[in-house]
Amino acid sequence: MIEVKGLHKSFGDAHILKGIDAYFEKGETSLVIGQSGSGKTVFIKCLLGLFPYDEGTISYDGKIYSELSEDQKRDLRAEIGMVFQGSALFDSMTIQENVMFPLRMFTKMSKSEMEDRVDVVLKRVNLDDAHHKMPSEASGGMQKRVAIARAIVNNPKYLFCDEPNSGLDPKTAIVIDNLIQEITDEYQIVTVINSHDMNSVMEIGEKIVFLQHGYKEWEGSKNTIFKTDNKAVTDFVYSSELFKKVRKMYLEEKQ
Amino acid sequence: MTYLNNIGLYFLMIKEMFRKPTKWSVMKGLILKDIDDLVIGSLGIVAFISFFVGGVITIQTALNITNPLIPKYLVGFATRQSVILEFAPTFTSIIMAGKVGSFITSSIGTMRVTEQIDALEVMGINSLNYLVFPKAVAMMLYPFAIAIGMFLGILGGMAACVYGGYTTLEDYITGIQMDFDGFHMTYSFLKTFVFAFILATIPSFHGYYMKGGALEVGKASTTSFVWTSVVIILINYILTDMLLG
Repeated sequence: MIEVKGLHKSFGDAHILKGIDAYFEKGETSLVIGQSGSGKTVFIKCLLGLFPYDEGTISYDGKIYSELSEDQKRDLRAEIGMVFQGSALFDSMTIQENVMFPLRMFTKMSKSEMEDRVDVVLKRVNLDDAHHKMPSEASGGMQKRVAIARAIVNNPKYLFCDEPNSGLDPKTAIVIDNLIQEITDEYQIVTVINSHDMNSVMEIGEKIVFLQHGYKEWEGSKNTIFKTDNKAVTDFVYSSELFKKVRKMYLEEKQ
Repeated sequence: MTYLNNIGLYFLMIKEMFRKPTKWSVMKGLILKDIDDLVIGSLGIVAFISFFVGGVITIQTALNITNPLIPKYLVGFATRQSVILEFAPTFTSIIMAGKVGSFITSSIGTMRVTEQIDALEVMGINSLNYLVFPKAVAMMLYPFAIAIGMFLGILGGMAACVYGGYTTLEDYITGIQMDFDGFHMTYSFLKTFVFAFILATIPSFHGYYMKGGALEVGKASTTSFVWTSVVIILINYILTDMLLG
């Protein structure tokens, strides 16, 4: 479990995170949503240790991040998988080498064992025959799937995804969302997704944290988000006519 | 103030570069790749420039010796001294600041822009050790390129002399063997090692700490070339004063 208490982060005079409390559980797909500039990317980067935070605590299964030594932090990070918005694949390596990279760095597996493990995870993300392609030869959806494969290849305890389906067509986006949810459930990992895609919210939001102006404005799930009367949430989530109609139909059906 | 901050940050980068080393099996591959990219990949341009600049030094020297009392073998002597003491180590390093330096800055800068460095950090890898250390080690072979440059520079001078008719081959060979001081080679290679470290680390610094997008990668490459050249010239002055002064 990841537990966040009273998290504050500023850049100069700009106070970005203003006392965020949240917890994210094992086997649950959690989404952090909010408008652009709401602080969700900063929040995720603080969780990952890429940005040092000013106040508060972040604990990973009871280990308080700020109290760990640099070496312990690096060891903890080896248990984290991350899917970046732009995939962040190493462009000098093939897809197979990209996925194998964490195994080469952190395990003592033989080459054949690593290749077997890469085969398993690439098959899991439905990429059976892309081993020798370079990232530049792969489509956006394929790159995302490779990034997911790389993130899970070393059996991480925690998986973070920064806008995993941005720039993808709606069909591929749903495939990626479902893949992340299946993997979360299958491997029983803590998954935190940073998104402002409402399809993802409705599809896989087992837990949703809504940020606005650096505060946690609301917390719930894909089921409770339909019923909420929090104006900030409804203005954000139901800003399109389509979602307004969907919500109306859902509420009418429930009555 | 920004300059002081950057100097401090540069030395912190150097310190961090040696911490938490990457697994040797991985590091070995990175070093070999960087030797290929940075040193072997530069041999062609080093050889080409050295040969022709050696020739130009010889022609310029020969044309400026108009006094009949000055022996012609001094052309060979002047070429050897210019090539060994300054041209090969310093001038070539400034050219390398453009070739190798901009390659390092743009490749690391692009990794920064595309979040590949963040990906390394998130995985718990010391990205400075992974990216900069192998380049610094690979560049320790750079003096070999400079040795080849010295040889070809003197050879180019000889070709210019003989085929241009400026002096005889015998005079040129007498000149390049005259009053040879072995310490000049020590001085030259000592500063080449220092330049090699500068060529690996200053461009890495500019790539690693850059902010922004593709445009800023280009700007960082230019800034890196300027600062690498400035530092090479300053260090060249200091080392020359210390070792030969």
